[in-house]
Order: sequence, then structure tokens, then C-alpha cells
Amino acid sequence: MSDRALLEGSEAVARAALAAGCRFFAGYPMTPFTELLEHMAALLPEVDGVCMNAESELEAVGMAWGAATTGHLAATGSTGQGLSLMQESLSEITNARLPLVVFNMARGQGDYFQATRGGGHGDYRHIVLAPMDVPEAVELTRLAFELANQWRTPVMVLGDYYLAHTYQAVSAPSISGPAPEVPDWALNGSSGGSGSAKVISPLGSGVEGEEGFDMGAHYAACAAHIQEMSAGVEPLVDIGFCDDADLVVAAYGSVGKFVRYACLRLRDAGHRVGYVRPITLWPFPSEKVQEAVSGSARVAVYEQNMGQMVDDVRLATLGAVPVEFIGGPSWDHSGFGIGPDITVPDISKRILKAMP
Amino acid sequence: MTVRGTVVIDVEACKGCDLCIDACPPRVLEMTVHEVNTKGYRYPRLLAGCTGCQACAQICPDFVFQVYKYDTPLELPTGEAARQ
Amino acid sequence: MSADQIYISTDKPPAEPAALVDDFAPSLITQANHHLCPGCGEPIAIRAAVEAIEELALADRAIAVFGIGCYTAFAPNLDVEVVQALHGRAPSVATGIKRMLPDGFVMTVQGDGDMVNEGLQEVLHAAARGENITCLLLNNGVFGETGGQMTTTTTLGQRTKTSIEGRDPHQHGHPILLSDLIATLDGAAYVARCAVNNAGNVARTKRYITRAYESQMAGGGFSLVEILTMCPTGWFVDTLEGPDYLQDTLAPVHNIGELKTP
Repeated sequence: MSDRALLEGSEAVARAALAAGCRFFAGYPMTPFTELLEHMAALLPEVDGVCMNAESELEAVGMAWGAATTGHLAATGSTGQGLSLMQESLSEITNARLPLVVFNMARGQGDYFQATRGGGHGDYRHIVLAPMDVPEAVELTRLAFELANQWRTPVMVLGDYYLAHTYQAVSAPSISGPAPEVPDWALNGSSGGSGSAKVISPLGSGVEGEEGFDMGAHYAACAAHIQEMSAGVEPLVDIGFCDDADLVVAAYGSVGKFVRYACLRLRDAGHRVGYVRPITLWPFPSEKVQEAVSGSARVAVYEQNMGQMVDDVRLATLGAVPVEFIGGPSWDHSGFGIGPDITVPDISKRILKAMP
Repeated sequence: MTVRGTVVIDVEACKGCDLCIDACPPRVLEMTVHEVNTKGYRYPRLLAGCTGCQACAQICPDFVFQVYKYDTPLELPTGEAARQ
Repeated sequence: MSADQIYISTDKPPAEPAALVDDFAPSLITQANHHLCPGCGEPIAIRAAVEAIEELALADRAIAVFGIGCYTAFAPNLDVEVVQALHGRAPSVATGIKRMLPDGFVMTVQGDGDMVNEGLQEVLHAAARGENITCLLLNNGVFGETGGQMTTTTTLGQRTKTSIEGRDPHQHGHPILLSDLIATLDGAAYVARCAVNNAGNVARTKRYITRAYESQMAGGGFSLVEILTMCPTGWFVDTLEGPDYLQDTLAPVHNIGELKTP
């Protein structure tokens, strides 16, 4: 019997997280993130994991922080507004060098800058992965935990209302596997009384023989680590029909799937249009985008916001090709990120208008 | 005078806060007036009569005291004969 | 001090046979010198806290979550595993740790600014959840690290750099008596308040801390020990006046004693 199942995006993501070894989740209900919390609450006990319905987003990310120090894979999440409350902690967790996966089931695409520019205080960035649909979200959730553990840093999976609430047939990841080994930097109290008990701190770990923390040295080390990460993490991007394209359209996430399909249909109708869909929003796939658009006369960027990723596309092309923003905010009455303009006909009209 | 204990004082660690002076039940600790440690802080000195009760050590914020309790109490001569 | 005062030499251990009953810092404080001010009560409280860890043989499974305050710089001096949390968030971080390590011993070390100002919801919710952790509140009624500003536990009439003429209820509101508040929550199993301004109170602090730890290890639920500490620098008083200032300013409002026991 194949493991194919028709799953809600939130459930598929929850199962993928558990399959990747996640054993702790904390969250606060908020549309459209709530269902991910509900599925975690139902599934985590099956693997002896812990799910906390935290009393606030501040406390949710604090609990995930604590769980992460024990070396078990931990996650948290919310929608954009809840993530605003978490930014201070996400910034400090980055400096505490802790693995953590953060799910943003966003309302629309207005959180791009919050996600990719280091939304909290200080000079840091996070790895950000943006799936276009449920099958890709299952794969990117697995990758998020792998990268978080490998780089000991928070990694964000940036989804939205469509991803969270769309049912799609996927190979349901099995959650019965063992949790991964606890790394040796993790705490469990055992180094207490040894003469050099471990410290996990965003301020560094103190200097041998001196009182207090050397925060300067620690911040310098954290900055170096982020440079290393930005060069070391493989940038992922989905590119199509760009070799002979007059116009290349850039888009990401669920909206990216609509744009991709619009380009397929326009190609069938004989229009020389290509698409580029960044999957890692940080590190942004600048070289690949530059390559993809080098042969075209124009680039159009479609986002469900007032234009944020367009900046990164302009930075990637550095003026070699004119880049025009053809998206815009698109809300239904709920304001939860379901856009009446996100339809293939409407997107196709905008693309054709942008053709050179 | 019967003396049941004594202390070792890490003079350099002291920050001259005086807390041990009032905490000492037999009041046998006394701050220097003119002498200071290398950090410039005055520090406590011990008079005869310590009981080894650890009050000084427990209240010292800078862990300046080591406290000993004699196996058998000492009889210290008093007055002129006691000058060492 | 009369001229013929006889000073006992105190630079080396006694020649006569004697038992060593106190050896400078406890073994779980590996770095004795620290930045905290002369006359500060915090190292006295932290000493009692780590001595109790040692005496209950919890050192090899203890994790202390520190808040942000003067005591933060003291954390690396300890030979206990430490997680440094954000200002106010320690009880949540401790919750995540304890939930993943239920057999571990998890505590927080926080000041009044950290716990009763910034992190009030964290400690209230942790207590209401009956989280099986022990929170230590070092309460000196001011923000010490930033130089003596008013906090939620500053008492009426107490002068600070942001209540210069003394805390006034109409302008600055009333102090929050945290232990009394926590004691009303069913999830709280042990709640006590003590102080470190004299040897008797230091011994009492040690007793209360030990009982709180024992309550945690018996799976009793949330435990809180609030320890009134001296902050002569932040109170703008001489170090020798610290103990009396605490007795006259904080203790009459934040009453010492056990408020809730299992």
C-alpha cells in the first residue's frame, strides 16, 4: 500500500517535522498558523515529544529556546504578527548558536523583509526556505531541520494561507523513526561539578579565568559564522524557459506556483517568457538569478505585497536588465492572505503587459 | 580567653563592604583604618574570640573567608602576655 | 580600636588541629572574583543557591537559566550548566528544558526587574502551569545593573533615580508583592521569601532554597524563593547601611516567611 495520502498542508508539514526528528513544538494559535499547532499537539505525543500551547508567542519561542539547549530538535512558529513578537528571541537564539526551525504561515507575502533581513535587533540573518506547495513543503521542512542542526542556527520555513490549508496528495513522511542523536554541545546538567560546566548564551560563554562575558569577541565570531553560512548554504531556485526568454518573471512561494503555471500556458501560446522562483530566500540565489535573466530583455517580479523581493532581484542583476514590479497587495475581505487577484488569467495579463 | 575557631582572610579579594563586621556574633572582626589592599579597599582583621561559626563567610559577598573550628578550644593568654 | 588590640594572624591555616568548615567560595563557584559591587547581596544569595545544589547532589543534572541583571555576569563563574535567557524570559526557557529533561533539576536566577517587570507573564504562567521548576527572585527593589531605577517592587516612599522624591502611588503606582501573587496560584507548590542582610536570614535563605529544590525533585510543581538582597550602590547608601536599609525599606512590604508549602 503506497504511503500516498491526501493531507492538509499543515498536517504534512507537522509529519515532515516529526520525521526529521522534531520532538518539541510550542506555539500560540493565530490564523492561518493554528492548524500546524493543532497537528503538532495531536502527533507529538505519538513520538514521546512535547507540544506546548504557549500562553503567548513570547513564551512559545522562549520554551523552544530552552528545549533546543537540550540538543533535541525544536520548532516554533506563528503568522507574521506573532513572529513580530518573537523577533527579539530569534535574534538572540542566533547568537546563542542554537538549532531551531521557525514556521511562518504568513498572511500574504508582506513578511519577506522580516524573514530575510533579520527581523530582530542586531546584525544577523536566518536561512529562509519558501515552498510553493505541500509536496515541496514536506521536502523543505526536512531540509530546514537538517540545516538548523548543521549550522546551529534558526531556519525559517515561509509558508502562507494557501500552503497551510490546501489539501494535496503527498507521500506522507513516516514519523515512527528514532529521534536523531543529541549532539555533544547539548546540555543535560552532566558537566556540572566537572570544573568546566557548559554555558549556552547569546553573550558568549565567558573567558577562561576572567569574570563575566567577552561579548565583543562573541559577536565577532557570530558575524563570521553568518558570513560562512551565507557562502556555505546551497542556494535553491527553480528556473524554467529562460534560455530564449524575452521576459523572465520572478516570484516565490504559493504565488510562485501560479506564476509558473501562467508561464507554462503563455509558452504554449507561443510567448517567449521564462520564470525564476527562488526557494532559498536567504541566502538569495543571486548568481543563478543573474544567469537566468542574462539573455532576456526585461525582468518582471510578481509578489503579493508592495514589492520586497524585487529589491533582491535588482541587487542580483545590478542594472544589467531592467526589473519591473508587476505584483501588488491582494486581499479578500478576511485579510488572511487569500488574494482575489492571484489567478492565472490576472497574472498572465500582467505578464503580457510587461513583455518587451 | 577561650578561642574555638579562626579564619583565613583573602585580603586581596575583599571590597571593604563591612558586612562581616556586624554579622560576627562575638564581634571579633574589625576593619582596618589606614591599611588597604592592592585594589584600595580596607579589609577585616581578626581579634581573639572567634568561635568558627561561619557567619562572616556566609554573608561575605566576595568569599573572602576560610573558617576553621579547632578540634579542642585554645586557651589564649590575655593582656600583655598575649603579645606575639 | 585601642593600640594594644591583639590581632590574630589570618594569612594561613592554623597550626593547631582544626576542621575546615568553610573554604572561601563553595566548590560550584569556580571563579570567586566578580564584578558585583561591594556589599551586594546577590553573590550571597547565589552562594546559598549553589551550596544547596551541592548538598542535594544535584550538580550533575542541574541547569540554571539566568535572566539579565547584575547577576548575569556571575553566571560563567558557576560550575553548573547555565542557559542565558533574554530579559524576563527565563521561566519559559526553563519550561522548555524541564519538559525535555523531566529528571533534570531546572532553576532560574532572576532579578525583580527581570521577573516582576519584564517577565511577569512568564513567571505567572509557569506557576499557573505548575511547571516543575524552581525560580529564584533576587529582589533589591531597583534596576541595579543600570544604576538604580525604580522597578515594580520598589516600595512606596523609596527613592530611586526614577522616583527621586520617593515612589508615589499616584504617579508611580504600587509595588507588586510577587511571592504573595504566586502563592495564590494552584500550580505553585512552594513559595517563600527571605533575605541575606544578616547571618540569620542567610541561614533561613539556605533552608528555604533547599526546601524549594526538594519540592521540585519530589515532582511537587512550581516553586519560588524570593530573596531580598542589598544594593547599596543602587540605593545610594553606604555598604554598612545596606542591611538596615533592606530591613526598613523592603522587608516591611515584602514580608519574610514561607507563604506556601506542600
